[in-house]
Amino acid sequence: MRIKKNIATSENGFIFNPATGDSFSGNAMASEIMVAMKNGDTEAQIKQNIQDKYEVSAEQLNRDWDDWILQLKEANLLEL
Amino acid sequence: MQKLKYERPYIKKLNAGIMNKFGTRTDSQAFTHIDGVPVKSLIAEYGSPVFVLSEKQIRRNYRSAYRAFSTRYPKVQFAWSYKTNYLNAVCKIFHQEGSWAEVVSGFEYRKAIGNGVPGNKIIFNGPNKPKEDLLLAIENDSLIHIDHFEELTLLLKISENLTAKPRVAIRVNMDTGIYPSWDRFGFNYENGEAWNALTRIVNSGKLQLVGLHCHIGTYVLSTAAYAIAATKMADLAWSCKTQLKQTIEYLDLGGGFPSTNTLKGSYLPGADTVPSVDDFAEVITTTLLNSGLPKHDLPLLILETGRALIDDAGYLLGSVVANKRLGDGKRAMVVNFGVNILFTSFWYEHQISPAQDFTPHVENMTVYGPLCMNIDVVRESVNLPLLNPGDHVVVHKVGAYNMTQWMQFITQRPAIVLIDEQQQTHLIRTSETLNYVEEPETTPPHLIK
Repeated sequence: MRIKKNIATSENGFIFNPATGDSFSGNAMASEIMVAMKNGDTEAQIKQNIQDKYEVSAEQLNRDWDDWILQLKEANLLEL
Repeated sequence: MQKLKYERPYIKKLNAGIMNKFGTRTDSQAFTHIDGVPVKSLIAEYGSPVFVLSEKQIRRNYRSAYRAFSTRYPKVQFAWSYKTNYLNAVCKIFHQEGSWAEVVSGFEYRKAIGNGVPGNKIIFNGPNKPKEDLLLAIENDSLIHIDHFEELTLLLKISENLTAKPRVAIRVNMDTGIYPSWDRFGFNYENGEAWNALTRIVNSGKLQLVGLHCHIGTYVLSTAAYAIAATKMADLAWSCKTQLKQTIEYLDLGGGFPSTNTLKGSYLPGADTVPSVDDFAEVITTTLLNSGLPKHDLPLLILETGRALIDDAGYLLGSVVANKRLGDGKRAMVVNFGVNILFTSFWYEHQISPAQDFTPHVENMTVYGPLCMNIDVVRESVNLPLLNPGDHVVVHKVGAYNMTQWMQFITQRPAIVLIDEQQQTHLIRTSETLNYVEEPETTPPHLIK
């Protein structure tokens, strides 16, 4: 699961797709995960980092991760 | 090291175009307390979902409405509309404040008697009053508002064998310039049916015509409609006085005042658009005072306001069951209360507030109830923060009609709690049990093993 290479992200959650002109705003968690995904971190690494830093169960995080991937697909931000 | 508060990741597409003039969300803070009692402790003690009523708000609403009319007109009486909420605790609050009872069935009539309302302070409305109910009302000297000629004929027949004359009024329907025009109840003003009925009553000599009643609609947003109604009622009263030599003791303008809930399809929120009770009082009383009725002998003005007096005193507390992403990418949230207990979600866009702290991010979503039925939609489209399963929500302004029109369907009906003026909580209706639901059932012997 990789973010398209041309997607631009900012630290405060702004996401821009120069290919389509679409822009998105994300919450803090979204922006943190976007940065990690762009860095090439694996799903397991990202989840572990979040669990270390935030108060969330693995169960809840897995559930939200699935929804996150759905959102990225819907937004056309993932590599095919 | 203490861990940071987590929020699920969420992105939202930015659309260039016309800005939404209402912004994204109206709530800026969590709704954590009702009359000083924590939502969390209410759910812990009484379960989820649970209805909560504020006695303080009920009394405040009543006093404010009574003041609106009584400071403008010399003789005012409110009658609590039982069908709006006939929990005994609620009725008794209104009766303590001075309300009579307004009932529309034998069942409600007997509830009013059970609540200690004197018979002569019960107004008996409705299109179906069986003979035994009419006999009971006559025996108790209640005010019977006749709905149709069949009822009038039945009353005349009953009264043939009576020495005392039953006290009656007729319900009048009329064109007040609003749509829909409620012409299914009572006798029509414009086509002369109402006058015909009044003439028959007076000429019979067997019934005592004491009042005139109308109820022009529900959730009426036009004060002008009440001016028209009051004018026509005063005109009828004056005609009774001059032509039938019958003094009308009271004019009952019924109910129909809106609460501040937002109707589905409304462009603006209800709180910004509905006229206040003061606005209605001003129009009604001014019309009556200027109607030409003698100032020294004005009829008593009766109001049967229901919704406007109780809606904002009721809350429904519930919990988030699950979150979903729908086929079109839209978010959906499943909560543990459905349309079977929140009947008014068919009419209103109910405000739903999170009961715990949340971050500023919101997502547009559909809120579904727990019923395995496609119609179970609490809100079709609402912007809410990112809530997790187990989080609590508060639905506002649910005091009117939900606790009478609710259904035991798929799930059982929840408990109802009253918070008194001293912030003490009282369980005024327990949640239903399987035994309660099955109690009236019988199984034929051949089906019992």
